[in-house]
Amino acid sequence: MKKTGTDPIFLILVLLAALAIALPFVASNYRTFQFTLVMVYAIALLGLNILTGYNGQISLGHGAFYAMGAYCAAILMDKLGVPYWATVPVAGAVCLVAGFLFGLPALRLEGLYLALATFALGVAMPQLLKYKALDGWTGGVQGIVILKPEAPAFFPNAGIPLNADQWLYFFTLAITVVMFVIGWNLLRGRVGRALIAIRDHPIAAEAMGVNNALYKSAAFGVSAMYTGIAGALGAIAVQFVAPDSFNIFLSILLLVGIVIGGLASISGALYGALFIQFVPNLADEVSKAAPWAIFGILMIVFVYLMPTGVAGALRLLLARRARKRTMPPIPQEEIP
Amino acid sequence: MIRFTAVLLSVALAAPVYAQKKYDPGASDTEIRIGNTNPYSGPASAYGAIGKTIAAYFRMVNEQGGINGRKVNFITYDDGYSPPKTVEMVRKLVEQDQVLFVFQTLGTPSNTANHKYMNARKVPQLHVATGATKWNDAKNHPWTMGWQPNYQTEGQIYARHILATKPDAKIGILFQNDDYGKDYVKGLKDGLGAKAKGMIVAEVSYEVSEPTVDSQIVQLQASGANVFFNVATPKFAAQAIRKAYDIGWKPVQYLNNVSISVGSVLTPAGLEKSVGLITAAYQKDATDARWADDPAMKAWQAFMKKYYPDANLSDSFHVYGYAVGQTVHQVLKQAGDDLTRENIMRQAASMKNYRVDVLLPKIVVNTSKSDYAPLEAVQLQRFNGKQWELFGEVISAEQN
Repeated sequence: MKKTGTDPIFLILVLLAALAIALPFVASNYRTFQFTLVMVYAIALLGLNILTGYNGQISLGHGAFYAMGAYCAAILMDKLGVPYWATVPVAGAVCLVAGFLFGLPALRLEGLYLALATFALGVAMPQLLKYKALDGWTGGVQGIVILKPEAPAFFPNAGIPLNADQWLYFFTLAITVVMFVIGWNLLRGRVGRALIAIRDHPIAAEAMGVNNALYKSAAFGVSAMYTGIAGALGAIAVQFVAPDSFNIFLSILLLVGIVIGGLASISGALYGALFIQFVPNLADEVSKAAPWAIFGILMIVFVYLMPTGVAGALRLLLARRARKRTMPPIPQEEIP
Repeated sequence: MIRFTAVLLSVALAAPVYAQKKYDPGASDTEIRIGNTNPYSGPASAYGAIGKTIAAYFRMVNEQGGINGRKVNFITYDDGYSPPKTVEMVRKLVEQDQVLFVFQTLGTPSNTANHKYMNARKVPQLHVATGATKWNDAKNHPWTMGWQPNYQTEGQIYARHILATKPDAKIGILFQNDDYGKDYVKGLKDGLGAKAKGMIVAEVSYEVSEPTVDSQIVQLQASGANVFFNVATPKFAAQAIRKAYDIGWKPVQYLNNVSISVGSVLTPAGLEKSVGLITAAYQKDATDARWADDPAMKAWQAFMKKYYPDANLSDSFHVYGYAVGQTVHQVLKQAGDDLTRENIMRQAASMKNYRVDVLLPKIVVNTSKSDYAPLEAVQLQRFNGKQWELFGEVISAEQN
């Protein structure tokens, strides 16, 4: 197959980067805010995908790690005066440890039982956050309000007036790119192959010398770290955390995101994030009375038309086009 | 040359006319956009009647020609009494729908979540539908203003009544575990002063997410209390009243003002189970026979019949919605053609003895640059099984 010109993937990435950088300057503040949330969800979905898509461990409780990251950021910023950019790595570290610790006993559980255990975590989190003894730290049911960070003085001084929404967008964009690059490196190398092997044939993987226990717990930890970082960024963007923001529905929504976006795919995280951010708003405009019914219908349509997710469907489409190009022409008649 | 001066002169003369009309986002020559969130669903959905009444009021205003020639576009969203949802909806109202100001957003936790944002953005958070004391803070939060008499004052008035009528009382309190509930409890304790510790034998809280408060009532009865301070939103207040009666506990019950609606609280609880309830009121109740011939209430009934015909008239939230509608109507009338956010707050903070006629006699709206509490007077009333009966005098907490 001859490669004509530059690698198409590279061109797409350059185009995406250009669009991403131009967006806050052409769109309204509200749209910029919405796209910041898309990136936040994309990081969370990549995390969940590492665990569920690549490693086959179902988690119905990732909203809990998102909440942990968000509250980490909120408590550090509000009660301890830590600057917003420092809260992100701390939230990631806390969730990494929490995820790993949760992953260890979860090793004994498979499939549906693991799903139930993670569901328990997801359902307990809002109640734990409302626990009276922790009220002083978590703010109880009223939650914590965070002040929005302003762009550092460097930008207006250099002649680029960035308002808070735009700055937050670029901050989130930078972290998203970093997390995606880390994820891509992780998944295309030895670790990625080990995770996939554990998902498909755990016994064969063990026989090949993969330390199942370590990789599975580590997958939980890394996945939780990604979701925790997403939670921290989400808290800073929304400027508010409350226990009711992180109910079980969030966990389910994240799962919907990775399935619609495409399991075991990095770009799937982005498509899934676009879906869970914009489709509920779309559904609300279509029907004020039953927006979630519309959401459900759209979900079913997506799953029916694209069973392997948006990323899977695109992959099939490209593969079909590539095959058509390289297939030899079918002879019109056979010469006997 | 003459033509040039003529043109210049006409422009100069026209300029003041244009300079008088000042608009911030949400206002124009034809429209004033007002934003609102109300719990139309969820554990506090009884309050949704307020949002619907305000919408009906603005329909009437528009049909009668609008305010200074402009129609009111009242945009209201459901927040389910959930602070994160309120944050999202208010943000949408301010940034996407570009409303001039946000009006009567309901709920103490819901408004707390937006308090800093609205003041940082300099968008009026006007006449919030909550009586928490913190809204009267002109110095630090000049863009937020309440409307109804504040909870702490109400609690103090109940305390004074208890001290006067039952000085040896044993008080049990049920309160919602958030700023609204805690505000009332603080008021009561402040009113009791040094005696608070000795008189309050039980303080039990509940969360909005709980399905019932039955176990809390049983706990309160077991504490031996003979006075019950019921600080609950409509659904939970009704459950508390009913459970207390059903288990044979008959304390002297003080019900907080936010749940005095006969239609949405006392009727579901059971009218015969609500006999003897004491509360503080500031508006005329639709069930009170003494207002049967009152022209203000008659006008209200005509308004309800025409613009909101399938409403339950015994629900006091419909009177509340009408009263706040009239108040903001006055603010907008006063603002005239200067529809900037700053002027809206200025007009809201300069109401002198403005009388809303569905409020109790002698209660007027008074605000100033330092007094962001429009209503500060209440009168006690008791439920007799059919209607609320006022007693005593109007008690005012007006400082200036």
